[in-house]
Amino acid sequence: MSSEKRDNVFSRFKKLSIDSIPKTILVAITLCLFCSMLVSLAAVKLKSIQQENQLRDKQKNILQVAGLYSEGINIEETFASIEPKIVDIESGLFTDKFDPKVFNDLKAASDPLLSVALEDDPASIGRRSNYATIYLLKNKDGTIDKLILPIYGYGLWSTLYGFVALEEDTNQIFGLQFYKHAETPGLGAEVDNPKWKGQWKGKKLRDEDEKLMIQVAKTPGPNEYHIDAIAGATLTSNGVNSLVRFWVGEAGFKKFLTNFKNGKI
Amino acid sequence: MSQTRKKLLVDPLVDNNPIALQVLGICSALAVTSSLTVAFVMSLAVIAVTGFSSLFISMLRNHIPTSIRIIVQMTIIASLVIVVDQLLKAYAYEISKTLSVFVGLIITNCIVMGRAEAFAMQNKPIDSFVDGIGNGLGYGLLLMCVGVVRELFGSGSLFGIVILNPVGDGGWYVPNGLLLLPPSAFFIIGFLIWGLRVWKKSQVEEPEYKIQAVVDH
Repeated sequence: MSSEKRDNVFSRFKKLSIDSIPKTILVAITLCLFCSMLVSLAAVKLKSIQQENQLRDKQKNILQVAGLYSEGINIEETFASIEPKIVDIESGLFTDKFDPKVFNDLKAASDPLLSVALEDDPASIGRRSNYATIYLLKNKDGTIDKLILPIYGYGLWSTLYGFVALEEDTNQIFGLQFYKHAETPGLGAEVDNPKWKGQWKGKKLRDEDEKLMIQVAKTPGPNEYHIDAIAGATLTSNGVNSLVRFWVGEAGFKKFLTNFKNGKI
Repeated sequence: MSQTRKKLLVDPLVDNNPIALQVLGICSALAVTSSLTVAFVMSLAVIAVTGFSSLFISMLRNHIPTSIRIIVQMTIIASLVIVVDQLLKAYAYEISKTLSVFVGLIITNCIVMGRAEAFAMQNKPIDSFVDGIGNGLGYGLLLMCVGVVRELFGSGSLFGIVILNPVGDGGWYVPNGLLLLPPSAFFIIGFLIWGLRVWKKSQVEEPEYKIQAVVDH
């Protein structure tokens, strides 16, 4: 009996004229249901792999800035020597309020409870999160070898997101790396050029009087603190200059770096 | 394969190229051709989407009400594009980062829509599938040609393998920065169309109007 009934539904469906309103609605609904199922199936089934990819990509960038990355290494294993920690930027101390594995700095930056609006905003980021995830690269004996700080700010077309790695004296730069930006290929995008990035190694942030000296500039400056700007990419270079100076400066990680250097944490 | 199907597959490569003759899908051709790897993956994505959207639309063609024809086509195309995008994010993450929005924009690629409306709505599923693949290949072929010029002279490499050692890395070749910017693809596509029409005279369009000779009254 049930098959008879199904036949009826089918034959009624077949009999409907192709342009009649019931058929139009029926086709629209069936198609939408089918397509949404297909799309959600793909999204749900692939989600875990995609998240894994994103995580690996971030870890890869952190390893790169720490100088530990080379083609073909096991990222997960190498990353075990790096410990993520959350820093309270206002107090300059570590905090246990959030779990570094799930805390998202960029989301926090748009949450009014966790961030502040910047009045003086050289990096053009609008709001700054009060908490930031930093990464500690440890030696085998457990002492800290390098500090990896997240930095971001506006260049010419886009916000550049990256990391700066500092030696344990908190003053000497080990490396700088951007993992996301949309600057002009061949000009601003040269921030990814290994040769240009290589300049940062060994440069110092501050002089003996704690004055912030690091500078990306076209004009030559004292060698210890001077990074040559990228030819043909003045605005991107200025952007990188402001964002690095912002994040290591008073409104950024200055307090934390001082605390760290004085052994308070 | 029958003669008609072969023609459906091969015609869009040179004789009826969607970019060169019909001048469709230019926007994405500008955006994704600065590197060959990216252009290659984009071509594969477009081939898959045109092929399967034509197939599904052709299968449903006798049940698609005329009043919502375009929306039905768009829904099918959009779903396929999202699936392709998700697959790329899962299995080709690095490339999907460079392609970013352009995979999503396949939805608005006139080639896909054009084949659905002009061919798949009137023809059998297998023919439509072959036609879709053919047009995707035609798009891909042109993308690769543009990509070769742009990557070779813009960054001195092909598929990321250094061929002309650029000055920035201590070599001798001064890369042409213009070729890395989207407008250069316009020039290259223009020259390709010119070359193609010199070779295949039948592709030259009739001028839309003629200047009248001055006649004494």
